[in-house]
Amino acid sequence: MKLTVNGTVHVVDVEGDMPLLWVLRDELGLTGPKYGCGVAACGACTVHVGGVAVRSCQTPVSAVDGPVTTIEGLGSADELHAVQAAWLDHQVAQCGYCQGGQMMQAADLLAATPDPTDADIDAAMSGNLCRCGTYPRIRAAVKTAAKTLREV
Amino acid sequence: MSRAATIARRSFVVGSVALLGGVAFGYYTYKKPVENPLLDDLDEGEAALTPYVLINADGITLITPRADMGQGTYSVQAALIAEELDVELDQINVDPGPPSKAYYNTALADESVPFPATDRGPLAQLARGTAGVVVKMLGLQMTGGSSSVPDGYDKLRIAGAVARETLKAAAAAQTGLSKTRLSTERGAVVLPDGKRIPYQALAAHAAKIEPVRDVTLRPSTQWRLVGKPMQRVDMLAKSTGTQSYGIDMRMEGMVHAAIRLNPRKGGEVIAYDASAAEAMRGVQKVIPVTGGVGVIADNTWRAFQAADAIDVTWGDAPYPAEQDAHWQALSDTLDNADQDAKPRDDGDVDNVSMTVEAEYRAPYLAHAPLEPLNATVLVTDTRVDVWTGNQIPRMTQASVADMTGVPIEDVHVHILMMGGSFGHRLEDEVVKRCTELAMALPGTPVKLTYKREEDTAQDYTRPIAMMRGRGAVSDGRVIAMDIRVASPSILDSQMGERQGMNLPGPDATISQALWDQPYAIANYRITGYRTPKLGPVSSWRSVGASQNGFFHENFLNALIHAAGADPVEERLRLMSDAPSRKVLEAVAEMSDWGAASPSGTARGVAFSLSFGTPVAEVVQIAMTDAGIRLDKVWVAAEVGRVVDPINFENQVQGGVIWGLGHAINSQVTYADGRVEQENYFDFEGLRLHQSPEIIVRGLESRSHVTGIGEPPVPPAAPALAEAIFQATGTRPTEMPFAKNFTFV
Repeated sequence: MKLTVNGTVHVVDVEGDMPLLWVLRDELGLTGPKYGCGVAACGACTVHVGGVAVRSCQTPVSAVDGPVTTIEGLGSADELHAVQAAWLDHQVAQCGYCQGGQMMQAADLLAATPDPTDADIDAAMSGNLCRCGTYPRIRAAVKTAAKTLREV
Repeated sequence: MSRAATIARRSFVVGSVALLGGVAFGYYTYKKPVENPLLDDLDEGEAALTPYVLINADGITLITPRADMGQGTYSVQAALIAEELDVELDQINVDPGPPSKAYYNTALADESVPFPATDRGPLAQLARGTAGVVVKMLGLQMTGGSSSVPDGYDKLRIAGAVARETLKAAAAAQTGLSKTRLSTERGAVVLPDGKRIPYQALAAHAAKIEPVRDVTLRPSTQWRLVGKPMQRVDMLAKSTGTQSYGIDMRMEGMVHAAIRLNPRKGGEVIAYDASAAEAMRGVQKVIPVTGGVGVIADNTWRAFQAADAIDVTWGDAPYPAEQDAHWQALSDTLDNADQDAKPRDDGDVDNVSMTVEAEYRAPYLAHAPLEPLNATVLVTDTRVDVWTGNQIPRMTQASVADMTGVPIEDVHVHILMMGGSFGHRLEDEVVKRCTELAMALPGTPVKLTYKREEDTAQDYTRPIAMMRGRGAVSDGRVIAMDIRVASPSILDSQMGERQGMNLPGPDATISQALWDQPYAIANYRITGYRTPKLGPVSSWRSVGASQNGFFHENFLNALIHAAGADPVEERLRLMSDAPSRKVLEAVAEMSDWGAASPSGTARGVAFSLSFGTPVAEVVQIAMTDAGIRLDKVWVAAEVGRVVDPINFENQVQGGVIWGLGHAINSQVTYADGRVEQENYFDFEGLRLHQSPEIIVRGLESRSHVTGIGEPPVPPAAPALAEAIFQATGTRPTEMPFAKNFTFV
């Protein structure tokens, strides 16, 4: 089975029903997407497939029909995505475990909705759980990232 | 040198400043310098000046003995050392350090002494010093009780200063210059001509000379780092998805494990059939462990699938199978049992005619950090290595040594970054189970990951608790408050059953944040009752204060309402402790308490003193067609010194969201001996759309420093309960509030 992840083509030999999350983490060694719940209830595993945010823990690898981007592919320390820059700027993270998924979800929101209202942010981001309670900072960082992206 | 001076000098090395003068003599033998764990692994040319600073060819590493679960303690601890050492945070590495007796946590002992945190008098301080000695003898390297900053505030700065002055002494000896002509900056000693000698170049020499212990800490006016906004050392990694956690552990030859443990926690395995699991792809071995069965596979998901395919017959739970029986046990305790402790009894409660009565309940709660429990263990003939995120590395080391028979000095516990804990990782059953698996596969590293459902099912929860209160009011004032509270004992369950430490005396957590509140109510009694063993329980963010803050303040608000008084004014009238008054005054000013709240909204206030930190909160709710919406929260907290204002605000906001989220949404209940909740769809706390605006102020009006990780939690639920009462006329008596009220 062929899988394009962050621009690199991989060939993996796994069961078709193995969730994308575990192919990424255990077969390809990409640990940015996190395991939190396994049932699409927390969003820590969020990646983009064909540019759209999906819960990789509930996406069988056989159903992946486009290139995959993980948080490692969104941007890097040297070349931060606007969302990552905003997360750094607002010092959003506490434990940080959910934040990769939060940022992937936020990037997806801003690609479709460049100037989101609070209600838009609520609707897009409420599926991503943060047990540390960084929500006030997440909301502020989404708005900062939106502003940055609009000014580009 | 006089004996007293010797004691002061020696105790200075480990920063122990709690006890001075004559009383210190009794503790002399315990206060001598403790072993330095870093000396063992050092190569020629490396110097370990104190257990907190390591300088070698790799650079400057600050050893931070408190583990980071997301509370930012690595950065805060690093800043405290760097402030005196004269290095910048971008120059240093942070390492959580090996388990060692050197890292005892004296601040935790402060919570266990029979004096309220507001009492800084000589007798109370003496008791804290004595309790500290016990902690030191146990060698308790533990992260908890919001103690990292108070414990490290002096100790880490002293470590930095001793290191700096010793490096200067080494430079003076090398150059022949007087030490007083040398200065330090950005990790180097600077000579009078401007020439810089990097610390690394001085390390070998510094190792050979006596440490300079005669140091004076810099006044706060000279600080470069402490008290100013800083960028946490882990923030870039956590903003790019590159931070590695325990669950991300990968090693050559490592296998992946999953586990099924008796969902009737602590019950036995009667029989199991693993034939289907053994035939599944990637499965290498099925191994029985204490209370369950483990699966070894080549991939985590395959291990999960195989574990689920094992057919197990489980034994009964060693506690009542149904939830009703748990509540009944609490009620029976209050009706029949002897008290565990009566830590407060002011005035003459028995001779007051009580006019207000209440019964409140707080449920079991899971910790449910987003990173599930996991550990990686490698057992060989000569040593054991454990990689995990945990708050009790020394206890874990001892347990693994016992289990494997490997000498304790050959058991190496490597503490990794944690994806949250909230007290979950004050337990180490995951390491014990992983060690059992690894013992069956010597030479092979085994990573055990709990499935989320397993993590929820096996959680050692916050205790269930019940309060019965009686009170009286007169002439617009609260004149009597008699609170009786019952809960199972954390001490018995966590320290006794699971760590084998049977500590005598009352369990202080049962009445934590009840007996020690700074109110001068004329007739005021607090009685704690220990309910016999129920479901296994443990420490949960803010521990006993998490339920008792709700009990105390919700009942005080009920009494104040009965008196017809204002909740802020009446509290101020009852409060003698100046810092506590200040946080209440601050939150009243911040929220414009005297003015009416906006149309369609209602407010409540509460106060709690826990872990030495007084916190006052005002919660404002909006009544909408869809239900109650959390609108705004104002928080004022007194910590003596805000080390990093950004992290402080983040911690307070997170604590409020933690307190509100669980008060509204969450409970753990038992049926057939099993936890009924499974995953985040039925146990989740707050989500973003429910999260209010939270305005935070840190006060610095007193000299001693206290922590902030837990104290914002207890006032959140009672402040919300009061707002709900103001809006609806019905006072919540039971958490989760969503049982009886509708929320957005």
